[in-house]
Amino acid sequence: MSGPEETPKAGPEDTGGSGTPQRPKPPAADVAAAEADGDLPARLGRARLDAPVVRRGMFGVQGTPDTSGYGLLSVYEARPIESTRPYGSYFDEVADALGSALEATGIGFSDAIERVVADRGELTFYVPRERLPEVAAKLRDDPALRFELCSGVSGVHYPEDTGRELHAVYHMLSITHNRRVRLEVSAPAADPHVPSLVGVYPTCNWHERETWDFFGIIFDGHPALTRIEMPDDWKGHPQRKDYPLGGIPVEYRGAKIPPPEDRRHYS
Amino acid sequence: MTSSTPHAAAGASDAEAAEGRVYTVSGEDWDEIVAAANEAGDFESGERIVVNMGPQHPSTHGVLRLVLTLEGETVVEVRPAIGYLHTGIEKNMEYRTWTQGVTFCTRADYLMPIFNETAYCLAVERLLGIEDRIPERARIIRVLMLELNRITSHLGGIAPMGLELGATTIYTQGARLRERGLDLLELITGLRMNHAFIRPGGVAQDLPLGGLEALRAFLDTTPKLVHDLRTLIDANPVFIGRNSGIAYLDLPSCMALGVTGPMLRATGLPWDLRKSQPYCGYETYDFDVPVAHTCDAYGRYLVRMGEVDQSLRIIRQCVDRLASRGPADSVMIRDAKIGWPAQLSLGPDGLGPSSEHIAHIMGQSMEALIHHFKLITEGFRVPAGQAYAAIESPRGELGAHVVSDGGTRPYRVHLRDPSFTHLQSVAAMCEGGFVADLIPAIASIDPVMGGVDR
Repeated sequence: MSGPEETPKAGPEDTGGSGTPQRPKPPAADVAAAEADGDLPARLGRARLDAPVVRRGMFGVQGTPDTSGYGLLSVYEARPIESTRPYGSYFDEVADALGSALEATGIGFSDAIERVVADRGELTFYVPRERLPEVAAKLRDDPALRFELCSGVSGVHYPEDTGRELHAVYHMLSITHNRRVRLEVSAPAADPHVPSLVGVYPTCNWHERETWDFFGIIFDGHPALTRIEMPDDWKGHPQRKDYPLGGIPVEYRGAKIPPPEDRRHYS
Repeated sequence: MTSSTPHAAAGASDAEAAEGRVYTVSGEDWDEIVAAANEAGDFESGERIVVNMGPQHPSTHGVLRLVLTLEGETVVEVRPAIGYLHTGIEKNMEYRTWTQGVTFCTRADYLMPIFNETAYCLAVERLLGIEDRIPERARIIRVLMLELNRITSHLGGIAPMGLELGATTIYTQGARLRERGLDLLELITGLRMNHAFIRPGGVAQDLPLGGLEALRAFLDTTPKLVHDLRTLIDANPVFIGRNSGIAYLDLPSCMALGVTGPMLRATGLPWDLRKSQPYCGYETYDFDVPVAHTCDAYGRYLVRMGEVDQSLRIIRQCVDRLASRGPADSVMIRDAKIGWPAQLSLGPDGLGPSSEHIAHIMGQSMEALIHHFKLITEGFRVPAGQAYAAIESPRGELGAHVVSDGGTRPYRVHLRDPSFTHLQSVAAMCEGGFVADLIPAIASIDPVMGGVDR
């Protein structure tokens, strides 16, 4: 083609030829404050690099040649935390009151409480399962504790935590003192028995049925431990980590998309 | 329809089904049943009748099944059966990123989606340790949305309360009023329910253009409509006759059964997490906690109506604060590793990344593109641990127990739903009463099966 050639412009008109990004800038003060803190949450957790590596690689893919470079990534073990005194906030007061209430009935604090964790503003007592009803009764009745309200129980399944696979977590609320505390008990998957708290907190009735339904934790002493969400004749306990999701690969334009638990994932 | 030969009900063994006489009720045939029972001498011999109410019954608030044992018209035993709406929301969340989790938990109790999202996000933010870094504008918008949702939820409980007693005017007036709140929720989030609007780190987007004006118009007209509704219901002799003294549950029973919210406040205890354990900045708002002292269904209605008025008060304060702050603030945390999706805007083809953001990642910065891709596909990691965040939902304490193993997906999420807990109290409230009183009793709990079954 003949004719005068148009000289291409240096860039889009609105950049003014300077080439600088035109994104709206956040208020400088905010960013400066965040940078000055130096511990933006996503960059926290250097300490975890000292923990043992539990898994290498990415996407849940194993045994294939690594062409991505992601095979070098390491996933570190999350170490169990144990807090030491002082726990801070009202936590020391609660621990003291619970200790003296237990001692009044001849139970040592360390007998009834395996571990105390004060983390992120929440207090957790790890209780051996045989002591659970006594500890809960003390939490409810002692005037210095008065945790009148139980928010029910929630199960968690840790298949890697050998001998302590099934956890039952109770959240207690004291309206009198406006405090919260959490109790956590564990049971091995081979012997999934935990004493029922229905006698202490009747509200646990349905919550324990739900936890039995989903996790298979048997609450000894529960008046009618039957399934509540799943059909009565259902097999297995669906919220366990090893429960097969039963998904079937979906074919789309000739490719198979696997069920959720077999898909590539990041965590 | 009656049948003289017993026939097996689904799930019951032959022996169980053969025990006693079985009548199959198919609707509008009560006379036939009574006649057949009379003929068989069931009433004279003091036989009890077991009635399956639900799961498909218009006044059980969704798929709730009540197994009633009746002696004449007296309820001897009532056992609620649930699980018909179990959809595995908690399990599903374990296979999505932390941000995608919002999309699932919002569907749990579908009359209070904003509350489900907020409880979950507050727990995630506590795990991340960013509770103090949520921008003020996002916190105000959260409170605004929570209170708007509280109004629609309460009206969604009160209106059917009338309908179930046969008062269709209460329903139509209440539903029309509720629709005004839903219109606002739709204007702000794009959806009438299942909003997925509250996200870890802030909210999905700022108020749209004209949002504040629409809120002001709502605040100008709604108080009068609420007042009109109250003049229709408050002193209505039929409504009082059906609700007053019904479904009695006093303070010790509430404590034992874990009952919170309007049911607890109807016993006279002003326990409201917004006051006692404030979140989202509730301590800076001026509002009262309405209580009643009757422990009955009518008291619960009064508490709910009082809370609608208080919510309007809070919304007014939110609007004033938003208007005085101007639109320059961000509504998402200023941490690019978490704030997703930080640059949403409403375009002609719907909600999506803003054109500036697209221009930046596609034309200017390779690193920004990589970062965008990583954040969308992988998400962010949350330090290992557990948190329990509880908020005051329209029905009571809604708690989210969230466990992280340090990965990009929740290890476990449990929603402590108030409807689930409160349904346990049906037996305590209704046994020994009339079967007709069961209807206002259930309505006064205001259970939503989406939250009960999750």
